[in-house]
Amino acid sequence: MRLSASDLACRRGGREVFAGVGFSVAAGEALAVSGRNGSGKSSLLRMVVGLLRIASGRLALEGGDPELTIGEQAHYLGHQDALKPSLSVGENLRFWTEFLGGTAADFIQPLAAVGLDALADLPAAYLSAGQRRRLSIARLLAVKRPIWLLDEPASTLDLAAQRRLTELMRTHLAGGGLILAAAHGPIGLDDAKELRLDANPSRLAGGKP
Amino acid sequence: MNALAAILIRDMRIAVRVGGGALIGVLFFLVVVTLVPFALGPDLSLLKRIGPAILWLAALLASLLALDRLFAADHEDGSLDLILTGRTPLELVVAAKGLAHWLTTGLPLIIAAPLIGLLLNLDAPAEAALVLTFLVGTPALTFIGLIGAALAVTLRRGGLLLAVLVLPLTVPVLIFGVAAANAAVLGPAPFGTPFTILGALTLASLVVGPFAAAAALRQEME
Repeated sequence: MRLSASDLACRRGGREVFAGVGFSVAAGEALAVSGRNGSGKSSLLRMVVGLLRIASGRLALEGGDPELTIGEQAHYLGHQDALKPSLSVGENLRFWTEFLGGTAADFIQPLAAVGLDALADLPAAYLSAGQRRRLSIARLLAVKRPIWLLDEPASTLDLAAQRRLTELMRTHLAGGGLILAAAHGPIGLDDAKELRLDANPSRLAGGKP
Repeated sequence: MNALAAILIRDMRIAVRVGGGALIGVLFFLVVVTLVPFALGPDLSLLKRIGPAILWLAALLASLLALDRLFAADHEDGSLDLILTGRTPLELVVAAKGLAHWLTTGLPLIIAAPLIGLLLNLDAPAEAALVLTFLVGTPALTFIGLIGAALAVTLRRGGLLLAVLVLPLTVPVLIFGVAAANAAVLGPAPFGTPFTILGALTLASLVVGPFAAAAALRQEME
């Protein structure tokens, strides 16, 4: 399986966010997308999952399921955690597990993997930001998808949880998965490829496109 | 099917929990209808004559109350992103959400209507006819409302826009719902004609609503 892009461009609100972006990630590889604020890291991930229109360029997945779009074979972990405060931790994860195509029994073990099994009956409204993030990471474990699109996955996590996330990412890569992660700092994977979105100096200076 | 059942159960759970919309809708309905006899005075024949219209108006407004959060809440917490990119067809997800909305706001109105009808001097046959028109007509209110809820999803205060968008579209439902109920209460016009048209309106909205709402959601995703 290989996810590749060439000459991708993104326009938002009539303004060019980035252009000429290309990458290629094979199964077992991770790509760390970095860049300053507003350089289009999140937009790139949203483009890959299919939430943003591709202004120009090409995005292709080789070796995937031809019947499904890239987004349907990917997990998207965005800035928002997609949790309902009035539902319990267990109910939230169980819902996403069932919606994403898993069975109801699949949600218990991932909850333990992110260390939230003791809180399964607590309404999600009482969770801290880091716990909410861990709960949404559990979704990636509950249903198997080959592509993980992670938007600053570690931003609210404590050090122990960051190490745990790195472990989970390594396991995913070892199982033939593929990761695109937007991050400011290192994502903890030494062999990750890197893509810098503000490599073009004219945009780096904040000049007009 | 599993994914749709999950959506249905989740939305119903949220609606009946604290802060959900289910109880608010039926309470609003009861309050509005209760106020009418106080405003009009104890004129029993007048109440009987306008009773079905009051009940239908109150039901229409009550079903709008929880509608503005239907997609907006999912948009704000990021759930809509996952739903849009999911493997389940968006039209079916929208229909499942509509069904959950009707079960938690439409159905309680139907159960409350015979009780509150007593305040408006409706007798047993009239109440039976009214419940029948509610049962057939209120799904149309929800499924027409889906379109407005989807159009207003990205707006911070979408509630008002939603009412402006949706209420004109519900006029036919209101006309034929009240006409059928009035025919049963007052005679001599037949009950069957407006009732059949009401059923047709509901069937059409069940088909058009999910497709139009899904198209609006896809458009606003950009």
